[in-house]
Amino acid sequence: MPADTQQKPVDRRWQRIIQTMLRHNNQSDALIETLHTVQETYGYLDPAVLAAVADRLGIPPARVFGVATFYNHFSLKPKGDHTLVICTGTACHVRGNDQILAWVKEQYHLTPGQTSADNRLSLVEARCVGACALAPVILCDGVLTGKKGYKETTAIIEEWLGHAS
Amino acid sequence: MTTPILTLTIDGKEVSGLAGETILQVARENGFFIPTLCWLDGLTSAGSCRLCMVEIKGSAALHPACITLIQEGMAVTTSSERLLRYRRAIIELLFSERNHVCAVCVVNGHCELQTLAQQLGIDHISFPGLYPDLPVDASHPRFVIDHNRCILCTRCVRVCGEIEGAHTWDVKNRGVRSQIVADFDTPWGDSTTCTGCGKCVHVCPTGALFEKGKSVAEMFKKPLGLPYLKAIRDLGV
Ligand code: SF4
Ligand code: SF4
Ligand code: FES
Ligand code: FES
Repeated sequence: MPADTQQKPVDRRWQRIIQTMLRHNNQSDALIETLHTVQETYGYLDPAVLAAVADRLGIPPARVFGVATFYNHFSLKPKGDHTLVICTGTACHVRGNDQILAWVKEQYHLTPGQTSADNRLSLVEARCVGACALAPVILCDGVLTGKKGYKETTAIIEEWLGHAS
Repeated sequence: MTTPILTLTIDGKEVSGLAGETILQVARENGFFIPTLCWLDGLTSAGSCRLCMVEIKGSAALHPACITLIQEGMAVTTSSERLLRYRRAIIELLFSERNHVCAVCVVNGHCELQTLAQQLGIDHISFPGLYPDLPVDASHPRFVIDHNRCILCTRCVRVCGEIEGAHTWDVKNRGVRSQIVADFDTPWGDSTTCTGCGKCVHVCPTGALFEKGKSVAEMFKKPLGLPYLKAIRDLGV
């Protein structure tokens, strides 16, 4: 094992992560829940923390990495101060979120997965957030907006980013 | 307790097998050919490529033979116009997803994907190709992984985890962005889990995994005798 994976993160946040793993007796089925705790406490899945989790739960690194990259909820890079999630599931796509995505690209020069250079905004693309009846759905810092047309949606995003601090 | 023997028909012929056997096993034992790609004797079945689909009387859906267990009185059809159409479509889609330029491939002439395409009479791809720009990782001293030729069958993942016990490989991302990954997206040569055994290279059905120093058509994959390796591993010797 290389030195960097042996260096255990030692701070409060790591304590919380240890607690999550302990609740599951450090069994491998604790992985997803542990990743949630890492995401919550660090805001993203820090590579050194991932390595320590894999080590402690006895799960092969590649497996941990596979799970971490499968779910949209987890991110491997620190996120910006604000997160805009645009749903591009089938329902939201046909109801116009493809245009919203294009507008964000034009306006903020961001494609899904990117964070603006000033670290202010992260753009995330979700493949169905499970609220298809409200399509097209966007989430501004976790707050859901749905059933709005192009003009309204873009205005909501602008207003949110204008006021968000 | 003895395992019950079940009787069924495959393409109209009466055959029998042990309860717990898959349609694929019983078909092979009786000389029927069902095409497969992700399945490999000695590894757990992934049931992911869908090439081994068969028809079962009384069911409108198609069933993957490699993971469907036989049942008493089952009537299985292994080849029909419909099955052939689906199998061709699957192979064509695999070709269209990545960059399979057989003429310059290390396994040209002995590639499972190419052979299946020939058997199914595929001479052109009717789907537009995605031609993704994918990396080639040549950081390992002896082996190379070329993602452009990977069909995501996960044989490498399973042989490395189940037989070698290293579990160097897994799949990252999902959907069309899925890709085989070593450790934490680590260059293969820097992997801390890989033992360099070469098993993944030899189970890979395409030219995605190969030995360094091989040029066009020079890479031959060796059968590894996986059921045997698995048996001795299970015995702990
Ligand atoms: S060479 Fe052996 S240990 Fe290394 S990745 Fe391939 S199967 Fe796994
Ligand atoms: S590298 Fe080869 S064995 Fe591994 S998933 Fe790709 S095609 Fe299958
Ligand atoms: S497609 Fe957007 S919520 Fe389901
Ligand atoms: S061989 Fe049965 S699904 Fe791949």
